[in-house]
Amino acid sequence: MGYLEGFAVTLRQMFRPRVTIPYPDVKRPKPERFHGRHVLGRYEDGMEKCIGCELCAGVCPARCIYVRGADNPPDDPVSPGERYGFVYEINYLRCIHCDLCVEACPTEAITESKLFEFSFTDRRDAIYTKTELLVDDEGHPRHLPWEDWRAGDDEHTSAWMRATSPSGVAAYEGRVAWSGELGYGVRAPEEGQTAERRDPQATETPEATDAG
Amino acid sequence: MDPLFSNGVGLAVVLIVVLKVLVTFVFLLVSVLLMIWFERKIISDMQNRIGPNRAGPWGLLQSLADGIKIFFKEDLLPEQADAAVFRLAPYVSTVTAFAAFAVIPVGGSLSIAGHDTFLQLADPPVGVLFLLAMSSIAVYGVMLAGWSSGSKYPLLGSVRASAQMVSYEAAMGLSVVAVVLAAGTLSTHAIVLDQAGRGPGGILPNWNVITLGGVPFLIYLIAATAEINRPPFDLVEAEQELVGGFFTEYSSVRFALFYLAEFMNTITVSAVAVTLFFGGPSGPVYSVLPRTFWPILWFFLKLLVFLFCYVWLRASVPRFRYDQLMDLGWKRLIPAALFWLLLIAAIQIGRDQGWNPSLVLGVGVLAGLAVMGALALAVRTSRLRADDEAQSLEASR
Repeated sequence: MGYLEGFAVTLRQMFRPRVTIPYPDVKRPKPERFHGRHVLGRYEDGMEKCIGCELCAGVCPARCIYVRGADNPPDDPVSPGERYGFVYEINYLRCIHCDLCVEACPTEAITESKLFEFSFTDRRDAIYTKTELLVDDEGHPRHLPWEDWRAGDDEHTSAWMRATSPSGVAAYEGRVAWSGELGYGVRAPEEGQTAERRDPQATETPEATDAG
Repeated sequence: MDPLFSNGVGLAVVLIVVLKVLVTFVFLLVSVLLMIWFERKIISDMQNRIGPNRAGPWGLLQSLADGIKIFFKEDLLPEQADAAVFRLAPYVSTVTAFAAFAVIPVGGSLSIAGHDTFLQLADPPVGVLFLLAMSSIAVYGVMLAGWSSGSKYPLLGSVRASAQMVSYEAAMGLSVVAVVLAAGTLSTHAIVLDQAGRGPGGILPNWNVITLGGVPFLIYLIAATAEINRPPFDLVEAEQELVGGFFTEYSSVRFALFYLAEFMNTITVSAVAVTLFFGGPSGPVYSVLPRTFWPILWFFLKLLVFLFCYVWLRASVPRFRYDQLMDLGWKRLIPAALFWLLLIAAIQIGRDQGWNPSLVLGVGVLAGLAVMGALALAVRTSRLRADDEAQSLEASR
């Protein structure tokens, strides 16, 4: 019956569950450290984290970041430090989402959200300025008309999601080494890498579900 | 003959015929749209995918959307093409595909405005010959398309395609002749009537697939699949390897016409199989619904089973290599079809002459096996000789 086995296989497959998901209506959960559209964070007191040091622009392999720093006005400081970034632009026609800017940032100011579905129809829309990148007064990323934000896309945008997260080193396991953020507070550390580690897709912590 | 023409041809009769033509044409167009959707849905089911689901409920309007899109595509005419033939070829393919369906009985008879008529577009006394003729003319569509494109690759593709279609036509014709022999008529309507009632044993239906021993049906199924270039015999199109073969240079509506013909052919071939081997519209009639309804229901149920099998075949079987295709056609199917045809003829003659049936069967099978053995020996000898020649050629270099 060797010739007919193939027919049985195809017939059996008809009653198996589908592997495809109807994409724009339903989306797969994204990885926790997904590299998407950038976000400029603020401290819990509303101060901007960016100090205009231009390290992100320096490390960027695609040269898509343009930063200008300026001295903080003494009577109305923008950031807690001496200086702040008064121009901050990212050209998304060049950005490769390597996350090296996030690595380089000394104040955890620039991080990446999980949003990757932002298809603009005008080249000028590709250049995100500080207005678009900076989180709003609730600490949520600004939603532009062409961006498709879904619940959870703005989670873990702090230094939590740095590629060299301390979970790799046993000594740093469970230790919080990042600052708090406007609207989200201090993000909880993730679990250590034990042998029976839970599936990261299934451990989407329900924190900040009101966002998005 | 259709009782419609028995009392002379008046205006009413002409109008009824025109109505039947229109209904058939529209029905075929819609059924092709549904067939494409059906095929894509079943294939996606078998591959654990969802399939078309955006246009209309369950993606039903997907083929319509594709059709509208393709109508607005640019229509290219290659510089080297023979313009008139290039434009003609797709219509040859499509018209033959449509015309072949005309002789298929889809139901019993119907009375329109006092005129009785069969539920089939035409019932010529040579219905089966007409089917074979249409499938032969379809080869011209392929051949002319490739030749008139003014490019060598479509020409090569069309040579391959027409060689395949012509080869399998012989096996298909021989398997159909077995049916004609059993029914004693070429009219499709009469062949269907011949299969009505109870068959051998009183339980099984009197369908040709059973009374002829199944072999002609299997040969027909394989040969017809090759004839209409469906997988696993779709070397003509071979979408993963060639970009279409003979219709490479076609675009827009003319390209769509080839696809229309292809899917139309699938439906026609299935309908012919139902008519010749599965009793056409015959089946039990219940009093729940009008009497004319049941034969139509049975016909379409049988047709649907065949269409599903064609999709299933496509999802399950890998494509043939070209030499395997030719081997199967010429060295297996044609001798087998010829053998079975002669056996059935011998049994029929034996029945007429009052010979001992088991003796006729035994002698027939023995003679057949002897000829098959001789043929196999001849094929083997010629292959060995070809190998020897190839080796001596290799050695002399």
